[in-house]
Amino acid sequence: MLAFVAQASAFGAPKITLTVATFPDLDRAAKLAIPGFKKLYPDVDVRISALSAEDHHTAMITALAGGSNLPDVMAIEARFIGQFAESAGLIDLRRAPYNAEARSTQLAKFALAAGKSSKGAMAALPVDVGPGTMFYRADLLAKAQLKESDLTGSWEQFIDAGKKLKASTGAYLVANAVDIKDIYIRASLADGEGIYFDANGKPVVTSPRFEKAFEIARAARQAGIDARIKAWTNEWSEGFRRDRVAAQMMGAWLGGHLQNWIAPQSKGAWRSAPLPNGMFASWGGSFYAIPEKGRHKEMAWAFLQYLVFDKAQQIEAFRQLDAFPSLLEAQSDPFVDQPIEYFGGTAVRQQWSAAVRKIPAVDVDRYDEAAREIVDAQLEKVLDRGKDIKQALRDAERDILRRVRRY
Amino acid sequence: MSSLSASSPKPVAPKRRFDTRRLMPYLFISPFFILFGIFGLFPLLFSVVLSLHSWDPAAGFEAMRWVGFDNYTFALTRDDWLHASLYNTLWIALVAGLPQHLIALPLAYFLHTCFGRWRNLVVGLYFLPFITSTVAIALVFSALFSKDFGVVNSILAAFKSVPLVGAIMPEQSVDWANNPQYTKWMISFVVFWRFVGWNTVLYLAALQTVPRDLLEAAEIDGASLWRRFRYIVLPLLKPMMFFAVTLTIIGNLQLFEEPFILTGGTGGTDQAGKTAAMHMYWVAFREGDFGTASAIAWLLFIVIAAVTGLNNRLLGQREND
Repeated sequence: MLAFVAQASAFGAPKITLTVATFPDLDRAAKLAIPGFKKLYPDVDVRISALSAEDHHTAMITALAGGSNLPDVMAIEARFIGQFAESAGLIDLRRAPYNAEARSTQLAKFALAAGKSSKGAMAALPVDVGPGTMFYRADLLAKAQLKESDLTGSWEQFIDAGKKLKASTGAYLVANAVDIKDIYIRASLADGEGIYFDANGKPVVTSPRFEKAFEIARAARQAGIDARIKAWTNEWSEGFRRDRVAAQMMGAWLGGHLQNWIAPQSKGAWRSAPLPNGMFASWGGSFYAIPEKGRHKEMAWAFLQYLVFDKAQQIEAFRQLDAFPSLLEAQSDPFVDQPIEYFGGTAVRQQWSAAVRKIPAVDVDRYDEAAREIVDAQLEKVLDRGKDIKQALRDAERDILRRVRRY
Repeated sequence: MSSLSASSPKPVAPKRRFDTRRLMPYLFISPFFILFGIFGLFPLLFSVVLSLHSWDPAAGFEAMRWVGFDNYTFALTRDDWLHASLYNTLWIALVAGLPQHLIALPLAYFLHTCFGRWRNLVVGLYFLPFITSTVAIALVFSALFSKDFGVVNSILAAFKSVPLVGAIMPEQSVDWANNPQYTKWMISFVVFWRFVGWNTVLYLAALQTVPRDLLEAAEIDGASLWRRFRYIVLPLLKPMMFFAVTLTIIGNLQLFEEPFILTGGTGGTDQAGKTAAMHMYWVAFREGDFGTASAIAWLLFIVIAAVTGLNNRLLGQREND
């Protein structure tokens, strides 16, 4: 009993405990921030709790609904940002004393735009971004006597390269033709445009952008260059391990996954190239927000700023877990120029950093996920059952209009 | 008024305000009512209220807006995914549910008559899937049903070289999880596999109540095994059949975990494997529309009540039975 009292007094006055709710691997980045943050604020304890990404967002929605059990700092993944950005339960960081707008030019503009609500409120700030890129196997390409430029030219060239690759190595150039559609509809957008909806919330899936995306995906399927594998399944990771799939277009963060668990054995064989046809697209990323009903808002803002605007922290997260910095300043750090052994000693980060500056600021919508489901279902009908593309997109538009309810 | 006149003739006794002896019983049973009130009754009533509102929970309580029966009309007339998922649910309920009973009934009778000492062990083995975690089951089955590396597809491929059977085997490896044609079959199989043991145990328990002398008398009269099953066991098992089928109906109509994990939470391509409960979850947490999700929950309740009622008419006991 005495010992307990002595111990308690040794800790001194009660400190502030800041709670941060996040998900893996983002929690590792937050943990990296603690030592540096404690130097600035020795009286603050930071407690990080992480749930799997899906569960985390479900828990946060529930917490926001009831206005209780809210963390001081809340992480949000790109897939969910459309819904969370509209939340009245998150602080608009443009407000005093936060005044985040003043510092906003330091961040990648496309990610910043995603964290804004439709009314312009800054609900969340990006902590890392996912520049879309194309990972490919240099060894398999060499076997088929193909060069990187064969993949990054026009889409027609890309599909031709796929045929050649299939003929000489038996490997597929893409895991799924749907991936091509996904990258195409994301790229070639102007600032302020949405992927599935325009600024007024009207679906834009019958536009030439979708038509072309469907056509290329169908051409790829007909050419037999896609393995018909869905991303993140067992077949998908096995496909890379067994040299069945030679390339994957996705966010730059996939590099970390390839290196760590998907295909560590093909070290040195992977490369990263820009997307075909000179396209730039955003793929994933993470955000942090401060709930209106959090208990230590000021300290939460201090921690959020440390995560987002501290160059050393951004670089450390980049170094440790391939979280591509949202802070532009961190992207021009010499670290970016370092060659990476896994990618055959190429400085892939330079290419990603260049991509980040060209990605358009796409508008997100809370019905994006629903629209994606509907469009994917129609694409499946086009690819596997020969449905007419124009008809499929008209049907998709009709289905989206029926699904969406805006008050 | 009436209470005054009614109480006046009674002898006036000094009324104690707090009679602890009378309050005690209520105090002792109050934990149940308090917990039931908080976790049972309140969510139930709240979901009724919610179903009449438009509410994105991420926006907080302030964002709740009264919309009347709008959510119900939306769900009934415009929500194509709900209609598709209701169809899927009924399909899976039937395809997974019916064989459960058609196999569990004779199986229970077989275990009851043919196994002596080993019966409990065998029953235990059949029961094992029921007590195994759904997540583990779904993960194992998604590995078995894997398109390129799964056992199921390798078996199908092996059959291809068998003369007659080979003709009906698929040309390419079947994409069970992502090809809309096959998703429901895969889910139904897993559900069937999981609950057949549970139903067997239910029927086995009921078989213990079948009087032995009845069966013996029939045997002496020369009734075959089949006739004893058909004319003695089956009629006597009817109450248990009603109970077991009711459980299957309710369970299968609320199906969530198996399809959710097998399809990676998406319901598969073109919603082919999405059940009504999964759709409700999608509407609530992915579209942030708790109002419509609550309305769907009540509509699902009505469907379950209707089907259970139908079952009651078919298998339930009548007064004159």
